[in-house]
Amino acid sequence: MNIIVFIKQVPDTATRIKIASDGKNIEEAEVTWIISPYDEYAIEEALKIKEGKGTGKVTVVSMGPERAATSLRNALAMGADEAVHLLDPAFEGSDAFTTAKILSGAVKNRPHDLLLFGKTGVGMDQSQVPAMVAEILGLPLVTQIAKLEVGDSKIVAHREIEGATETVECSIPAVLAAEKGLNEPRYPSLKGIMAAKKKPLETLNAAAIGISAAEAGAQGSGSIVNSLSLPPSRQAGKILQGDSQDVAKQLVHLLHDEAKVI
Amino acid sequence: MEIVVFIEVRDGVAKKSSLEAASEARRRADQHGWKVAALLVGSPLEEAAAKVASYKPDRILLADDALFASYSSQSYSAALAEAVRQENAHTVFVSATTMGKEVAARTAAKFQTSVLADVVSIERDGNTWKTRRPVYSGKAYAEVQSKEGAPVFITLRPNVFSAGAPDPKAKPEASKLSVPIQPQDVKERVVETHKAVSETVELTEAEIVVSGGRGLKGPENFHLVGDLAKALGAAMGASRAVVDAGWIDHQFQVGQTGKVVSPVLYIACGISGAIQHLAGMSSSKYIVAINKDPDAPIFKIADYGIVGDALQILPLLTEEVKKLKSE
Repeated sequence: MNIIVFIKQVPDTATRIKIASDGKNIEEAEVTWIISPYDEYAIEEALKIKEGKGTGKVTVVSMGPERAATSLRNALAMGADEAVHLLDPAFEGSDAFTTAKILSGAVKNRPHDLLLFGKTGVGMDQSQVPAMVAEILGLPLVTQIAKLEVGDSKIVAHREIEGATETVECSIPAVLAAEKGLNEPRYPSLKGIMAAKKKPLETLNAAAIGISAAEAGAQGSGSIVNSLSLPPSRQAGKILQGDSQDVAKQLVHLLHDEAKVI
Repeated sequence: MEIVVFIEVRDGVAKKSSLEAASEARRRADQHGWKVAALLVGSPLEEAAAKVASYKPDRILLADDALFASYSSQSYSAALAEAVRQENAHTVFVSATTMGKEVAARTAAKFQTSVLADVVSIERDGNTWKTRRPVYSGKAYAEVQSKEGAPVFITLRPNVFSAGAPDPKAKPEASKLSVPIQPQDVKERVVETHKAVSETVELTEAEIVVSGGRGLKGPENFHLVGDLAKALGAAMGASRAVVDAGWIDHQFQVGQTGKVVSPVLYIACGISGAIQHLAGMSSSKYIVAINKDPDAPIFKIADYGIVGDALQILPLLTEEVKKLKSE
């Protein structure tokens, strides 16, 4: 089974976000970059599927600047077989559809049974790219997967939606997106890290995947980020004084009469 | 019809967040002299259509066919694309739910464009839309603008746009939408749905959220959070620490790798306020923090703070709330 996992390099979730001087990007100076947490579940699941079947190939694909190669190496160290780095200055500023177009272009001619994503890229938080890749490649889509069974020609997935859980069946090939809880991602072993250095990591630019510079990046995108800003800072409010019984009474009173929210 | 709004129907009922989207569409259309078409996909749709009518779209489109009885992103996006084409829409509103995000993204891709996703405010600027959306789970906000060229797909964050007052007398014309799709085109299908067995409300749609963290000492005490939530008619949430410790299921996690919520009232019990947690709830209107440690970061953003043991305070609070509700 050929499994392709798309990963995105993002700032660690413990990062305090600062805005860069251009007002459009985050200040990257003190950022620790990690594989987007949901993408780690996708990598782990791909490895488990391959191990379960005893055969297959796991390819990790990432679009991003030079530093994204580190995340691809990490995925190889976890056990992926090969990596593809989509690297071109022309890709910068791509919105979700343009990104989906680039990712689809990169894999459409590679054998693929399953295309795995994390349910969202932590950071831009859009959850659009998996659905768009599915649409571009004409494939079915199941997102937010918390449990997955992979047969030979179909998968059965369990997922959580608002106020319910769903069981979804779908044929292979398919685009699948992982939710937290799907598995426990492994840490790369020392042996894995050593082996990763020798595994193939291919770099592809826009021309190599048949996309013109005009179609890619901010220029090729239908939406643009004008600016980034920090949310208005909240002020610390009242600390209630008194014994437990007292403060409980005060709080209910304040919420009812002052804030008028209960 | 210039705005098409996609209405999510679950168990024959139109979702509240879709009614918010319908109301926002109505407000925008009134400002600019546009018309609104509301699309419902599913089967049956009668009850949902009656509800949607009261939110005053100019027209209701019903994609009511056995094929739509269970959800598939393929069939539902085919319906939305057909509605957008038929109505020649320049703007499409969808609520940013699980279904909404999938359907909007798939449909937008059919039109070779992106979605302005999960926005919390929108503004018309010439022939484009300027939107604001949280990024990094609310640690920052991005202003994102569409370029010229129709249609523009926008998903609206649930619980942010007001649903407005329904008018039970409104009687928009309703027509059936025929969607050019065959059963064999649909390769995924929902075979089973289990409604969450929960006495409380869905986290992302709740007006009030009561969350618990490590200060509760153990899973055996988590019912104290549930008790207060129940008394308030609130949803229950949890910090990542207790989810990772296995005290409670991941679906309750609030924060950067869980749910992002913006209720009117958020009560954090025994939660210190790690950055990734604050990211998931700091846009709540009112925040209450109960924590033993007076230096816990959660107090820096709380409107009302109680320095004390959540295990002691919670039962007392629940009692006080019950008293208030019975008055």
